[in-house]
Amino acid sequence: MIKRLFAGLILAALTIPALAAFDLGQLMGELARHKGGKARFVEKKYLAVLDKPVVSSGEMSYTAPDRLEKRTLMPKVETLLLDKDMLSIEREKQKLTINLSNQPEALAFIDSIRGTLTGNRAALEKNYALFLSGNLDKWTLTLLPSDQKIAALVQRITVSGSKNQIRSIEYLQADGDRSVMSIEPIDNR
Amino acid sequence: MSPARRSFLLWLLAMLAGAAIVWHSRFTADMSFFLPSKPTAEQQVLVDQLKEGAVARLLMVAISGGNVEQRATLSRDLRGRLGKMPEFTSVQNGQSGSESADRDFLFKHRYLLSPSVRPERFTVDGLKDAISNSIDLLASPAGMMLKPLLTSDPTGELVAILSQLNAGAQPDSRAGVWASRDGERAMLLIQTHALGSDTDGQETAIQLIRQQFAESRAASGLSDARLTLSGPGLFAVNSRATIKDEVSQLSLISSIAIIAVLFFVYRSLRLLTLGLLPVVSGALAGVVAVSLAYGTVFGITVGFGSALIGEAVDYSIYYFVQSSRMGVDAWRERFWPTIRLGVLTSISGFAALLFSGFPGLAQLGLYSLAGVLTAALVTRFVLPQLAGTTIERRDLTPLGHLLERSIGQVQRLRWPMLVLAIAAATTLYLDRDSLWNPELSALSPVSQADQQVDLALRADMAAPDSRYLVVINAADQETALQMAERTGLQLDRLVESGQLGGYDSPTRFLPSQLSQAQRQASLPSSDELAPRLKTALQDAPLAASKLDRFLADIESARRQPEITPASLAGTQLALAVDAMLLKHAQGWSVLLPLRPPQDGSAMIDAAAVRAALTGDTAGQVLFIDMKGEFDKLYNDYLHEASQLSLAGLAIIVLLLAITLRSPRRLGRVLLPLILAVLIVIGGLHLLGERLHLLHLIGMLLIVAVGSNYALFFDRADEATGPDPETLASMLVANLTTAIGFGTLGLSNVPILHAVGVTVGPGAVLALLLAAIFAPRGTAG
Repeated sequence: MIKRLFAGLILAALTIPALAAFDLGQLMGELARHKGGKARFVEKKYLAVLDKPVVSSGEMSYTAPDRLEKRTLMPKVETLLLDKDMLSIEREKQKLTINLSNQPEALAFIDSIRGTLTGNRAALEKNYALFLSGNLDKWTLTLLPSDQKIAALVQRITVSGSKNQIRSIEYLQADGDRSVMSIEPIDNR
Repeated sequence: MSPARRSFLLWLLAMLAGAAIVWHSRFTADMSFFLPSKPTAEQQVLVDQLKEGAVARLLMVAISGGNVEQRATLSRDLRGRLGKMPEFTSVQNGQSGSESADRDFLFKHRYLLSPSVRPERFTVDGLKDAISNSIDLLASPAGMMLKPLLTSDPTGELVAILSQLNAGAQPDSRAGVWASRDGERAMLLIQTHALGSDTDGQETAIQLIRQQFAESRAASGLSDARLTLSGPGLFAVNSRATIKDEVSQLSLISSIAIIAVLFFVYRSLRLLTLGLLPVVSGALAGVVAVSLAYGTVFGITVGFGSALIGEAVDYSIYYFVQSSRMGVDAWRERFWPTIRLGVLTSISGFAALLFSGFPGLAQLGLYSLAGVLTAALVTRFVLPQLAGTTIERRDLTPLGHLLERSIGQVQRLRWPMLVLAIAAATTLYLDRDSLWNPELSALSPVSQADQQVDLALRADMAAPDSRYLVVINAADQETALQMAERTGLQLDRLVESGQLGGYDSPTRFLPSQLSQAQRQASLPSSDELAPRLKTALQDAPLAASKLDRFLADIESARRQPEITPASLAGTQLALAVDAMLLKHAQGWSVLLPLRPPQDGSAMIDAAAVRAALTGDTAGQVLFIDMKGEFDKLYNDYLHEASQLSLAGLAIIVLLLAITLRSPRRLGRVLLPLILAVLIVIGGLHLLGERLHLLHLIGMLLIVAVGSNYALFFDRADEATGPDPETLASMLVANLTTAIGFGTLGLSNVPILHAVGVTVGPGAVLALLLAAIFAPRGTAG
């Protein structure tokens, strides 16, 4: 009896502040208001096969609602452009264009970023279970794949940020390899 | 034996022999009707591609109806059914499985296939560069797929191979199988075992696909699912069916109409039968001549027969109608020379076509020439013997008198007709740039609807547009492949400078033995490689100790047997190599399909490619723009046809000049014919017909056929004009000619249609104009 009361109290302690001050709906609303902008990124990939992480960096820009461009400058110039469902990758003289509607797994993966950027809760909840912690100034959103096929590729995605700005995205892959991308907005006003 | 019996027996024997030859003749309706008989090297490639090329064996299939899942199930089921059948060499629907076989092959043979495999690649510096490049690639989102390969392929040979391939043009997929752009149809790509030129084989294959689809649909219970099919094979099968149907239908229509006219004139079954004798003989002789000269008879040639019936029946009409009063001998003396001249002009017209490099046209010429000549000979030598001296028939004198009177009426039309002809000539001159249809497809019997379906499926399939090709000819496979590799280096420079989007080559999957041996020799032994690797990876994040599989793979690649066409069996790569590496009687050919630059123009700068292809291989390496070649081919035909028509016209004029021996009479015979041509062509243009080369041939035939009428008017007594019988026989003969050619105008086969709409009205106009411009005294 006491145990149950205690558990209840803890639960309430955990949930009440979140409900009162900050919840998923609120975060999504904040994110949805974000109309886009430019940012610098540094991405580190920790691979079991390598002794040191692979680091790449560059710029990315987002234009609401469905255009995301990621320009890697180091170590090699490469441009990745997501426009609606068309993903194109340009590297040196090669250009590859993929229609994502043909690739449901890749689309789910892309939607983890896109859904977060656009504050599209429905799109995120289609493929992931969402867990939010922190407050508006420093929040962390954890996505756990609910679909087996996606879970075979990625174990967990952790997005963290401040207000309507995403500051880092971490992917934990199914094989234990992991990549962390930190994002630094460029003030373009 | 009486002379009549002897003639008849001789004729009968000849007919039986002819029938026996026809019985053994090969009839065809394939594209070779349009293909040049003496092709240039470039055209030979077109011919080979259409007859034996891989593209000519491809059928595209779309399944519509139901939902995405149901369509995908049907697609998988159909692939499963057809894939087991020997009639099909490949059935693709985008199902994964075949792709992994391809990847396995490429990975297993990467050290023989990769163009980067050279001795420098495996020095300390080379390894350092290649491996750090692979690690950089891991940083890229595209590179993550390669992560599992890093330890066995640290130098990135698979990437080097894949980056040469065209990853762009792939059909979309839905529910795991290929789908159309809008996702509403599931798509399959099927290659038949039968050659493109084997219409029977194509027909069997198409029937099998339809039948298996019907069974598959019944099994799935999806009754609203539909199958759409297209491809060169279907075109061939449909064209053949169209030509077959039309030939029998049009011949039937014109035969019935002509027999009705003849029965009205003769009112005697015996005369009717005798009257058809020259025609039947002529038609048979035509097929026999073509069969003996060419080996195969095109369906369209036989379709021309209904027109010939109308032309050849004239001779017996002249004979029966004109000889009734004066008797056979007087007829021979008075009328036969005129008819003979008419026959000769017709033959001159047809003979001009014999020299055409367009085999279809040459066959039409030979068929008509043999037919008309035979019909005339039978009329002259067999018919009088069989008919005897007593010819009882309907008296056509009243009709003749009526015609005599109306000639006076129509002669008032001289000026209006001249004005009309001048107007037609002016219109034609003003619109001279838009008169002609510049494309060979204008002659193709493929229906507009079929062409549209094909275009739609091709777009959905992202089917390669094999418009531009580089073709390499060599005596043996190894030389051909080596030359393809050298040409590839030249093309690489164009790709680099952006003048070319890319190209495909069979050497990507089947390098020459020389290249394979060179690559194999570049691979160091484990004893050499291990220390180099250690040095190269000193500061790298990848430890040399993790690369045991790499060392092992290099070691086994050093002893790997070389890749032969047989090693490709079971992969889709075999299909690609098959399509690009062809064996033929003279040796081997390699085709390198070129892709236009990605600037959206879809055109390739031919001059730049030709300039790049110079060097030691010049002469054996050809750049071909397929569409350009087709258009050039057609222009050659058109040019040639106009020369032949002019030559035919010249022979006719010469023939008339020699016989008539008077410029005034020559002018009088030619004037109505030239006016008839002008008015008919002007009329067709105003009705919106785009002219092509068969209209041109039609003009020649108007002159050849119409000269008969003008000659009768010319030969007549200047003071009284032709006698009533002659006038009546001309009208009846004209009617049958107009019926014969006119029915061709109903045809959907462009070649037959064009001749029909030109010569049908042209013949009628020629008679009318000959009457209008006949000497005034004729007015009676």
